[in-house]
Amino acid sequence: MGLDVRLPLGLLFLAIGALLALYGLFTMGSDLYAKSMGVNLNLIWGSIMMTLGVLAAWLGRKPK
Amino acid sequence: MLVYFAFVLGIGFALKRYIRSSNDFFLAGRSIPAWVCGLAFISANVGAQEVLGMGASGAKYGIVVSHFYWIGAIPAMLFVGYFMMPFYYGSKARSVPEYLRMRYDEKTRALNAFSFAIMTIFSSGISLYAMALLIQTLGLLDGLIPHAWVFHFSIFLSAAIVLGYIFLGGLSSAIYNEVLQFFLIVAGFLPLVWIGLRNVGGWAAIQHRLPATMTHSWRGMEHASTNSLGVGLIGLVMGLGFVLSFGYWCTDFLVIQRAMAADSQESARLVPVIAAIPKMFFPFVVILPGLIAVCVTSHSLAPATASAQAAIVAGVSAAPAPSIAEAPQVKEVHPHGIIPQKVDPITGEPVLDSDGAPVYNYDLATPLLLIHFFPAGMLGLGITALLASFMSGMAGNVTAFNTVWTYDIYQSYIRKNASDLHYLRMGRAATVGGILLSIGAAYAVTSFNNIYDALQLIFSLVNAPLFATFLLGMFWKRTTGHAAFAGLLSGSIAALLHHGLTIPQGALPGLHGGWITTLHIYPSDMAQNFWTAIFSFSVNLVVTTVVSLATKPRPEGELVGLVYSLTPRNIDNSIPWYKRPIWIASGVAAMALVLNFLFR
Repeated sequence: MGLDVRLPLGLLFLAIGALLALYGLFTMGSDLYAKSMGVNLNLIWGSIMMTLGVLAAWLGRKPK
Repeated sequence: MLVYFAFVLGIGFALKRYIRSSNDFFLAGRSIPAWVCGLAFISANVGAQEVLGMGASGAKYGIVVSHFYWIGAIPAMLFVGYFMMPFYYGSKARSVPEYLRMRYDEKTRALNAFSFAIMTIFSSGISLYAMALLIQTLGLLDGLIPHAWVFHFSIFLSAAIVLGYIFLGGLSSAIYNEVLQFFLIVAGFLPLVWIGLRNVGGWAAIQHRLPATMTHSWRGMEHASTNSLGVGLIGLVMGLGFVLSFGYWCTDFLVIQRAMAADSQESARLVPVIAAIPKMFFPFVVILPGLIAVCVTSHSLAPATASAQAAIVAGVSAAPAPSIAEAPQVKEVHPHGIIPQKVDPITGEPVLDSDGAPVYNYDLATPLLLIHFFPAGMLGLGITALLASFMSGMAGNVTAFNTVWTYDIYQSYIRKNASDLHYLRMGRAATVGGILLSIGAAYAVTSFNNIYDALQLIFSLVNAPLFATFLLGMFWKRTTGHAAFAGLLSGSIAALLHHGLTIPQGALPGLHGGWITTLHIYPSDMAQNFWTAIFSFSVNLVVTTVVSLATKPRPEGELVGLVYSLTPRNIDNSIPWYKRPIWIASGVAAMALVLNFLFR
């Protein structure tokens, strides 16, 4: 099959992760995080997802 | 969420150019690596029942429901991979009913193809219905469109998305999307479990707070009355662990189709084995949220959070009505975790059981926990994950339906010798048809309250005897076509009779059983269900054996590649030992044992 699934997977995680992390950066220290016990879940999980996304996309890149 | 939807359809478009024959469309050209199929295998199975249902059962029964994974799935998955896949894949059958025709005869296939096609339509309809109901209940689209339209809008939108990506890319598109959905589900629920455990004080604190039968999966299993499921050891191991789980994992084309798309026979065997690894750890992602949800409020929360949560709970419990009738709000927070009381859709009164105690709406355990812990942002991800799980379940049913319809019904009975292009077009048309029928089924579920129970009943009647037919067919060369057909039918009839003669405790005769007369009372409907399966399986086994001995066997030459004893086993020595199915399977089995031991 012509398309390695890791590429779209990586890009998807990268996009979602970036959105979350950015949102987390801008809302740092806001009341939003009372729910999650003061943990800035957006920033933390967003960064983790971005890292995984980059990793997956790199593994799935087209061999040249 | 929008990002995700864009990706979903993008994959459909990207894969469209690779679809040139019906084989590409229905079997993904048999060219997908094992690990991708493995994840799709598991993701197709993770439908609405899994994420919501297991969270609900977790909240209701405790960690015992992990039996549905560690006993009710892992052994069967290893078995299908190690023993049965060579016949499915090696026989070049394109679907499970087609294998039945090769092994037995046309009528056995027809019986299986028709009942399977109908079941897939209804299960995908139920997925649609449950998803739309959830969107409406949680008020996700409120403010964007009028409340009365939310339900219809959600049904049509999600149907359109699933239609889009299957129509364009066929099975490969469905499989790719299932892989994405799998990772999204994990990405959405893992942080939920993490933050939830942190909040309640870890696993030890849950154990401390809940009764021991809820936190130990084997405690009290010796007898039906001493565990929360109300099921005895024999019922559990034979009914769930053997008949039901092998019947599902080893014969349901919905999952087998994913393995058939693998790029070689060895990969096809690895598919269920690889899938068993994440399956083994899924309880931590789907059952734990249920347990956490029960624990949350008994923990002292900050007053501000508590009132915010009260508002959420009140807001949510206002709408779990299947009809779009408006129910008055339930204002108080009760000590039952964050789980709201069930509200009668017609009267708006809280539902009480026969003892006058309130009934809780456990289905909301997982979604409510998401709302409880996730801040804006993460909440979007969590909800996307939830929706992804619904869509993967629905897409799995639709791809299985279009294949069975096109190959086993249309090609066999309606138009036999058309060109491949014709069947490819038919497949696309069947996708559209399947989705339209699912929408119909979703509305049917909406308008009849009992239809869900009735469907569960029909599923169990059709599925329970199946495994005996496959088992005898694959491992006993003497089994004949007439016998298989007679066995399947009598197995279903036996299930029906057993259901009519027994009843779970506290239920009224009718859809739950006892509609002939009551001979035996089971402690729970789960026990009744397991025993129905055991009876139906045994009857099928006996009838098939007896009829086989009385009818003329097929010549052995016709059965090569279809029956175990007549198929040469070629062991490929070029594969390093750690990649061989047997070693991976043993490793998985050992890990499952360890997990059972840890949570005993």
